[in-house]
Amino acid sequence: MSLNEEVEVLRKIPLFSRIEPSKLKLLAFTSERVIFKRGDVLFRQGDMGDAAYILIEGDAEVLVNSSRGEIRVARLGANDIVGEIAILVDIPRTATVRAETDLVTLRISKELFFRLITEFPQIAVEIMRELAHRLEATTEQLRIAMTERG
Amino acid sequence: MSKTIYGFVFRYSARQQVLLLLVTLAAFPFLYLSLELPKTIINRAINGQDFPAELLGMEFDQIPYLVLLCGIFLLLVLINGAFKFTINVWKGRLGERMLRRLRYELYSRVLRFPLPHFKRVSQGEIIPMITSEVEPLGGFIGDAVAQPVFQGGQLLTIFAFILVQDPFLGLAAISLYPLQGYLIPKLQRRVNDLAKQRVRTVRRLSDRLGESISGIAEIRAHDASNFHRAGFADLLGRIYEIRFEIYQRKFFIKFLNNFLAQLTPFFFYLIGGYLVIRGDLSFGALVAVLAAYKDMSAPWKELLLFYQQKEDARIKYEQVIEQFEPPGLLDERLQLEEPEAVTPFDPSGEVSFVNVSYVEDGATLLEGVSFTFGLSERVAIVGPGGGGKEAVAMILARLLQPTSGRVMVAGEDLFQLPEAVTGRRMAYVGQGAQLFAASIRDNILLGLKHRPLRPPADERGERAARAAEAALAGNTADDILADWVDYAAAGVEDSQGMSRRLVELLHAFDLDREVYELGLRGVIDPAANPALAERLLQARCELRERLSHPDMAGLVEPFDAERYNENATLAENLLFGSPVGPEFEIDNLAGSDYVRAVLEKVGIRERLLEAGREIAEVMVELFGDLDPDQEIFERYSFVGAEDLSELQAILARLNRLSIAELEEHERARLLALPFKMIPARHRLGVIDDALKERILEARRVFAADLPPHLRGSIEFFDAGRYSAAASIQDNILFGKVVHGTAQGPARVGELIAEVVDALGLREDIIVVGLDSNAGIGGGRLSAGQRQKIALVRCVLKRPDIMIVDQATATLDNGARNRILDSLFAETEGRCLVWVLDQPSQAQRFDRVLVMQDGRLVEQGTYAELEQAGAALRGLVAAE
Repeated sequence: MSLNEEVEVLRKIPLFSRIEPSKLKLLAFTSERVIFKRGDVLFRQGDMGDAAYILIEGDAEVLVNSSRGEIRVARLGANDIVGEIAILVDIPRTATVRAETDLVTLRISKELFFRLITEFPQIAVEIMRELAHRLEATTEQLRIAMTERG
Repeated sequence: MSKTIYGFVFRYSARQQVLLLLVTLAAFPFLYLSLELPKTIINRAINGQDFPAELLGMEFDQIPYLVLLCGIFLLLVLINGAFKFTINVWKGRLGERMLRRLRYELYSRVLRFPLPHFKRVSQGEIIPMITSEVEPLGGFIGDAVAQPVFQGGQLLTIFAFILVQDPFLGLAAISLYPLQGYLIPKLQRRVNDLAKQRVRTVRRLSDRLGESISGIAEIRAHDASNFHRAGFADLLGRIYEIRFEIYQRKFFIKFLNNFLAQLTPFFFYLIGGYLVIRGDLSFGALVAVLAAYKDMSAPWKELLLFYQQKEDARIKYEQVIEQFEPPGLLDERLQLEEPEAVTPFDPSGEVSFVNVSYVEDGATLLEGVSFTFGLSERVAIVGPGGGGKEAVAMILARLLQPTSGRVMVAGEDLFQLPEAVTGRRMAYVGQGAQLFAASIRDNILLGLKHRPLRPPADERGERAARAAEAALAGNTADDILADWVDYAAAGVEDSQGMSRRLVELLHAFDLDREVYELGLRGVIDPAANPALAERLLQARCELRERLSHPDMAGLVEPFDAERYNENATLAENLLFGSPVGPEFEIDNLAGSDYVRAVLEKVGIRERLLEAGREIAEVMVELFGDLDPDQEIFERYSFVGAEDLSELQAILARLNRLSIAELEEHERARLLALPFKMIPARHRLGVIDDALKERILEARRVFAADLPPHLRGSIEFFDAGRYSAAASIQDNILFGKVVHGTAQGPARVGELIAEVVDALGLREDIIVVGLDSNAGIGGGRLSAGQRQKIALVRCVLKRPDIMIVDQATATLDNGARNRILDSLFAETEGRCLVWVLDQPSQAQRFDRVLVMQDGRLVEQGTYAELEQAGAALRGLVAAE
């Protein structure tokens, strides 16, 4: 897959959807394409985060440790981004991500990610917007949950 | 060391100076003759009448007489030239030898400075003194005696000549000399003071410069650069003022001299003219006297100039020397003299401090400290920082001299022992151990290099000649190229035994893995080490085997002469080898005539230029509007920030022109781009399969057509041969780690380690790693690695007393404990003195000394002090 195809993938990700194609190309060029085999682990819960991954091809599962062992909490497919929280704030990974099929990803290192944000404020704005959306959604869920309980 | 420059000159070169003077005087008659002869040629040979003329009892006609005289003239010119040449060479050689002696003496003194002195004078001050400040002295020393005698002699001769013509005029000619002789030194004195100030200020300038360099991180981190600029500018301003004043005064002296010199002819014309008119003096005599006076002014001027130079040299010498005589300079004999035999300290002996006090810059660091311990004990010294524990360690290592009191080791006064004993039977390592810009091996062996032990191979006697010359300048005759390593002191037979011992110690001090990594990146010469090369080739086969396992498939793409390697650069794919030297370095390929010829023969030059254009377009698109200072540029772009604007210009021209119409250097710029492309990594898609096929064709042409003079510039990839141009790792790998496999490089590294261990190669690779350079001040290694290497350096020489001054403070706890274990094992049965930064570790020692406020407050075993002593308990509790 060439750079231009990767740019197409990036455009489909909400976080990057409003960013100009030329900047996305830079992001694609400077990030590393990493291939995982089925069963390979992208990162483990508790590790310090050093990169985010964008799934280009294949599926992955998100697992969380609990008293009853690993629980699968989500599935990821092409065009999903994973691991971006841990590189934004210095917290350990909150979950383990494992390849369910052979997986092609773009790996954006923490360093590169911050460099892009400082260089292109519009990426930062998009990320803020995305995070605000998520916060909004979480709050909404919490409100519903509280209402149901009360 | 002589206090004055003339003291120095006479002490070391009196004989040569006299010789030089004699030769100078011997030249005189010939000089005189060569000035006299032209007169004879004109008056007697050309204008002469009475021929045949007589010379040396033979008679000559006019023409032969002329030829003869001219022949003699030519001969005299040659003789004069030969004298001048000889004198100058002698002077030069004498000056250089004396300069060499002076520098050597100064350096030798630096090596004997008391350590606290380095807190008062900085590198920045000392270095220019030895390098640049004394430089002009060499030139002066050659002239020191001959010049004043020569010029003075000339002056006297001419003066005598005038005096014979007319005593009155003779005295008149020198009438102003006393005035000059009085005035000039007076004026010069102020210039001398200024010169001293200048020297001091320039030293401060270099001190400031050195400080800025070592403190650059602080300056940048605090935005203090402008403050430092201002400080530097202030010093420059001071130097400017001083120098300008020196100029003014110097030129004023010159002006005064010239004026006084012209004043004398004024009197000659006036008084002499008066006398001629009165008829008391003949006209001819006045002319002769005037001419003679003119001759006199030249040597007089030279003498005055010499006086100024002498003053300059005197000041420089004195200003330098006074910096090299600090109080407490170590006795020269203690460093230079080699005892008959250096015997180990008796392990049943004792170390005792008797009432030791130490005062530095008015602060009392130790006061009346007395203790005794055995030479087979392990002693821990604990206490708060600055409480005196560091001073005790440094005094015991003889790095500091106590202000009062005595230190006895095995019945001898420590401060009377030569360094040959203290430096071999004792070892000290502090907190910031220094490494030198040499290989790790040489850094470790430093502790065994005391004297040249085995002379270097020297077939032509050049080393002996160099040593003889060194002796003439009072330098050491010890040969740096000799083998200095004292294998016996380390308990090994030879260099191979040493390698084994080093590997053992690296393992004990937790350094083996790191040095192994360095070794993997190192190179070996297969011709010098065929057995190792052969085994590394086995490792290559073994790795290939393991890589064929399904779990490992796709980790490495091996080099294959028939296939394009997707994970290598286009340059590597074209060359199919490692460049040796600059000819085929990746940055030079586009400019190489041979590469161009190959590309043209295969007919892909235009195609690659087109690829270069595409890459340039992408680069400009991606990076064109980025801030060029961004690191992102360096890391990801193919081109530097400056080159990018050039590419932009080339692309702009391509809007109007075709690639073929570009200038040659622009085409080279474009051609350079695709060489760096790695398809699997860059994913730009500009190298298609058709092009790859053509590159493979170019690869074959490149190898087939390679002219003989370029054969040495490349070492082709060859599955069956070890490449001297590639690192050990690349040789084992013989391929490229595939980009984009998760954890690829780490997994390949593990696999290589497995293979290396399976074939028992690890030790050999560590030995190669020992040859890696430590960098300036050990800068290529981490602080922890430097400390460990310094410890290995100490342990290797098996000292009777090992002193460790908080040397492991920068390491993590695990490493500290392992190193403590290793040091205990290595110093078994001998004396180990450890200044601990963690008092609780003292438990493992036989005896504990607690230092506080410069006093020994408690001593005993850990158990005793834990029960009875308050100080140790307090320290441990506070840990």
